[in-house]
Amino acid sequence: MSRYLVDKFLYTIDRDPELVERYRAEPGRTVSWWEAEQAGRILNCPDAEATTWLTFTDAERGALAGHDYVALFELGAHPFLTLTLFIAMFERDYAEPLAFQREYAARLQHWQLPYPDIAT
Amino acid sequence: MATVAAVIASTHHPFFHRASTASGADRPPFADEWVAKIAAFRQTLTRARPDVLVMVGSDHFHQLWLDNMPQFLVGKAPHYDANYYNEEREFGLPRMLLPGCEDLSAHLLRGGLDAGFDLAFSNELRVDHSITCPIITLRPEADLPIVPVYTNIFAPPLPQPRRFVQLGKAIRELVESWPGQQRVAIIGTGHLSLELGGPRQFGPHGPDPDFDRRAVEWIASGDLSAALGEVTLDSLWEPGNATHGFMDFLLMMGAAGENVKADYSDSLDLFHTMEAYFTWYPEGVPAA
Repeated sequence: MSRYLVDKFLYTIDRDPELVERYRAEPGRTVSWWEAEQAGRILNCPDAEATTWLTFTDAERGALAGHDYVALFELGAHPFLTLTLFIAMFERDYAEPLAFQREYAARLQHWQLPYPDIAT
Repeated sequence: MATVAAVIASTHHPFFHRASTASGADRPPFADEWVAKIAAFRQTLTRARPDVLVMVGSDHFHQLWLDNMPQFLVGKAPHYDANYYNEEREFGLPRMLLPGCEDLSAHLLRGGLDAGFDLAFSNELRVDHSITCPIITLRPEADLPIVPVYTNIFAPPLPQPRRFVQLGKAIRELVESWPGQQRVAIIGTGHLSLELGGPRQFGPHGPDPDFDRRAVEWIASGDLSAALGEVTLDSLWEPGNATHGFMDFLLMMGAAGENVKADYSDSLDLFHTMEAYFTWYPEGVPAA
């Protein structure tokens, strides 16, 4: 399990307008590119000082490549990060204000407390 | 020594700016009532005639990240740029530049460290909506120097609730020991019950109106023993998965003082989460 890396993906995509659009349009290719070239970047270090051991599990890779926010919730991705990025990608596809956010909640209705652990 | 001109605690609702500036069909039906409540709340700071603002909030995974996460951090810089691309995108918040008060930052850091709080610091801090929302609601001129204080209510493991109370008490004492004649308002924002990215998000009210009622009563009456008797890191998941932001209210209760009733309290039941506003005047209520 590499919950931290899933959060790092969501965080680094969400803060970059070009990557938000790229992840919306080509999720599988964006996840593959990011895991190969970006996953090891330490955000406050030069690129040569990258981390060498970070990889997704198959379940994490699949959830990200499938835009599957329910699976991400169940894997313990930080819910604020998932929500913020997915609003940026998909709110535009809904005519009514907050319709995407409400559908998101509805698709998680099978969950009751305790929710999956989000500690990293 | 400096004077604590006011202690102010509130929720920080990132949708206020957009709701208050929208017109025509875009203006939500609750906007006028919300704007009126904010105008009244703003007066409580204006009447205190502050010179400097200590601003307690929490970074929402903007500058602070999981590879290097402080629990409590004090900004020490002459200026603070503010708001981020994803806050412009989702909430329509403007980019801002806020002046800093490095002298009070240094005083809080030195005194806080000596009092047993291992505070992190930042000399280049870009603050987010946890600090700009109360600037927009309480001091939209954004003209007063600030000292940002960030708390971790977001990325477990979190400090215990009592630690937030202790830090609030310490900030109050440190402001009161700051040499000079400045009038300082201590302002902090947090959350009542709140769910983000979970099944209870974006409902017609906050996810736990009963918690909200009790929390407002604890804050308004300064009832720290009741609040700390009920609130734990585990229990805060129950009212909503982002309700750990309530610990910033606990910090402000520590700053206001145990069993000290708020001189002003108000709330507004909105979709998604309840708004609540509190002001204490340690010197007594100023004339209108």
